[in-house]
Amino acid sequence: MSWSGRQGVMVPAARAMSDPGATGRFGTYGGRYVPESLIPACHEIETAFREAWSDPEFHGRLDTLLTVYAGRPTPLTPAWRLSRELGITLFLKREDLAHTGSHKINNVIGQALLAHRMGKERLLAETGAGQHGVATATAAALLGLKATVFMGERDIERQELNVLRMNVLGAEVVPVTTGSRTLKDACNEAMRHWVSSVDDSYYCIGSVMGPHPYPWMVREFQRVIGEEARAQCAAELPVGVPDYVVACVGGGSNAAGTFAGFVDTTARLVGVEAEGGAAATFGRAGVLHGFRSLVLQDEDGQVTEAHSVAAGLDYPGIGPEHAQLRDGGRARYETVNDEEVVQALLRLARTEGILAALESSHAVAWVIRAAESGEIAPGSTVMLTLSGRGDKDIASIKELL
Amino acid sequence: MTESLEEFLIARRGMGRPLLVPYVTAGVTPGWTDVVRAYADAGADAVELGFPFSDPMLDGVTIQEAAGRAIAAGTTVKGILQEVATLDVDVPLIAMTYSNLVVQQSTAQFCAALTASGLRGLIVPDSPLEEVGELADAAAAEGLDLVLLAAPSSSRARLREITERSRGFVYALTRMGTTGERGEIPEQAARLGRELKGLTDRPVLFGFGVSNPAQAADLAGHADGVVVASALMRKLLDGARPRELGEYVASMRRALD
Ligand SMILES: Cc1ncc(COP(=O)(O)O)c(C=O)c1O
Repeated sequence: MSWSGRQGVMVPAARAMSDPGATGRFGTYGGRYVPESLIPACHEIETAFREAWSDPEFHGRLDTLLTVYAGRPTPLTPAWRLSRELGITLFLKREDLAHTGSHKINNVIGQALLAHRMGKERLLAETGAGQHGVATATAAALLGLKATVFMGERDIERQELNVLRMNVLGAEVVPVTTGSRTLKDACNEAMRHWVSSVDDSYYCIGSVMGPHPYPWMVREFQRVIGEEARAQCAAELPVGVPDYVVACVGGGSNAAGTFAGFVDTTARLVGVEAEGGAAATFGRAGVLHGFRSLVLQDEDGQVTEAHSVAAGLDYPGIGPEHAQLRDGGRARYETVNDEEVVQALLRLARTEGILAALESSHAVAWVIRAAESGEIAPGSTVMLTLSGRGDKDIASIKELL
Repeated sequence: MTESLEEFLIARRGMGRPLLVPYVTAGVTPGWTDVVRAYADAGADAVELGFPFSDPMLDGVTIQEAAGRAIAAGTTVKGILQEVATLDVDVPLIAMTYSNLVVQQSTAQFCAALTASGLRGLIVPDSPLEEVGELADAAAAEGLDLVLLAAPSSSRARLREITERSRGFVYALTRMGTTGERGEIPEQAARLGRELKGLTDRPVLFGFGVSNPAQAADLAGHADGVVVASALMRKLLDGARPRELGEYVASMRRALD
């Protein structure tokens, strides 16, 4: 084990957050619920990822790009003034400082390298807040690949800045006009498109979702957040491990990457969802976008539309591994509402000079609420992954003020 | 009609003409059951009923729109099954829907409910060989034929397993892509048809993009018949009455015979 904490008690990992094997199952969740047409592509990606992931050269290339291009390691910043106000010690893992402004770049560089290695010419992606789309457009430009990004019409309106960024980077942004015109429908459209272009295109999925091997592969590419944070906490904290590890959850990739670094410690893991998109809290088991997990749906099994002030959390499902972590009690999932999120965003901005993404502000909102209500005991240490910066949200914030 | 879907289709095939299976999205219009009757009267060998799902991964714009309309009109699985139970047609009915609707209660309950309403077959396009075990067992226990899909991208080993485990017929995808009308039939369809016919005696039907009588006849030459969906649903969405849809199916029937 890499961690050299001083007094922290180690909890046996019980294979938590490891390789889900050939079937891609996390307990009863996960799997590969895609049309027969896509099965060879899923197998091909799994094989390529397994090979790459055990190839030191691939790791070398990835580590180099993460360092010299994406700006890793990101710092762990103490939130000095907010900590004092809340009576806790709060550390922020600064994914907002990564290139393109969010954790999405970690996963995308990994998948783009894989696609390149597989000889694909084009990256397909879906995006909600636009951060995954921007990251994909960026990695495509870096590696000389084409990029096509599916985005709901509603999100295109909300995230104009990111649409512009993608265009400037040379990506094609395809508006999706079906259903709720948000992330869920962009996922459907990307999947449909993938079926017809699987020969030359690689589907670069933006979160720990989709058919096997995506939930596992994306978590592995995001693991870097948790591993860095773990080492940084070990250096900063007297006991080496924080009492709480907190991250926001849309599909759950920044949370999964963060949790992977702490799952075998005593830290309490908390995922924070938007109240209107809280699949871990209000969802039932179902199958959506190629995997079995907890899904927001009506009595008949029609998937319902999620609602959040943060476009990146407007997703009616949750990654399958989170469903397993929830059922097993290793992680808990909490919800916050839009109003709390906006207040949290302002408070963090004004106490620390950090403008967080609306998505990340969900995690901040829960920590504020839990510390103020005493649920997080005074004096506790909290490590929060700040998944992205709020520049993209500035127009939305203006409307909300 | 006491025989299984497969027995029925094999008997029909024995009459020496290609099989024709038209599709309708259940609940798409108030009179959708009349569409089923019109298909049967026009010489369909079976009818595929789409149970609408909010996120139809393998469907193109037309069927997606039909599903959206049906859901907006309040269509539920229970409601469809009640209407199906009143349908008195002399050809087998096959349900097509996505995994999420199948797993709601349990796959066993879903299969039992279909059989109780008189359905003979089931197609679940997002349930490939890897995930189909429990469903296949549940369907078999109910005497419901679970139809598996074969794709142009499937390896020979997978095609072999698909032909072995499919029941009713083997659903051969003409193309890599979603449902929807298309101009021409790709060469890969003919190749897939030949391969599947070499592997099994089970009926092999082509689906996806069968848009007009001439295409239907062309494709049927490479297998045992065709499933026609988007071309009919486009007409229905554009306002065609059941009688007109029946006439179109009849024109396909003539082209096939
Ligand atoms: C800044 C930011 N945080 C979080 C998310 C949610 O993604 P995930 O739950 O996969 O971390 C997004 C998605 O767009 C995002 O842009």
